Amino acid sequence: MSFEEKRSWIYAALAVVVPAVYAAVVLRRLAETSAADVAYVRPLIAAIVAAMVLNILANIVAGMFSRREDVDKKDERDHQIHRVGEFVGFHVMSLGALVPLVLAMTEADYFWIANALYLSFCLAAFASAVAKIVAYRRGF
Amino acid sequence: MVKPTRVTNAIRQLRFHRGEMTQAELADRIGVTRQTVIAIEQGRYSPSLEMAFRIARVFEVPLDDVFQYPDEEPG
Repeated sequence: MSFEEKRSWIYAALAVVVPAVYAAVVLRRLAETSAADVAYVRPLIAAIVAAMVLNILANIVAGMFSRREDVDKKDERDHQIHRVGEFVGFHVMSLGALVPLVLAMTEADYFWIANALYLSFCLAAFASAVAKIVAYRRGF
Repeated sequence: MVKPTRVTNAIRQLRFHRGEMTQAELADRIGVTRQTVIAIEQGRYSPSLEMAFRIARVFEVPLDDVFQYPDEEPG
């Protein structure tokens, strides 16, 4: 497995695990109070920062268990697959962003708008990573 | 597995005739990862024209001896 493919697996895993933990925390709070009063901002910021930090750490660890030349080398196939992934992620994000847009237009609580936007980010990240993994595994 | 490209190649045979050249060695010679050479050999990736020429140059054969494309269109 190339290092770039490993990076995609890490990205896909984090795009699922981190939002899942965040959702568990926030949904528990939502069960106890109304959406307008849920303290979601700190957990949301923590989830975003955690995803970035964990991504960096996981890449470092993956790099430690990979051959040096594999970590440094990125070829035209990697660049093309990266573009495919970004293309898929962009379209998922574009579609997903319609939900918070509609929520804002209907003056929904900030909680729903922020979380719908976060969900769009996560779905786009996951879709992008999966598209790259499929391209690496099955070709394109 | 569905082959994403109709381009076939003879890289494996050419490597064999070149004194069992390894995929890693070929990858180094053309400046790509070993995984990309594997993907090309297995028909999971169709390389750019430039990379195709670099591969042919390593084996010192014309491009047609490395890559083939079927004459008939898919039905």
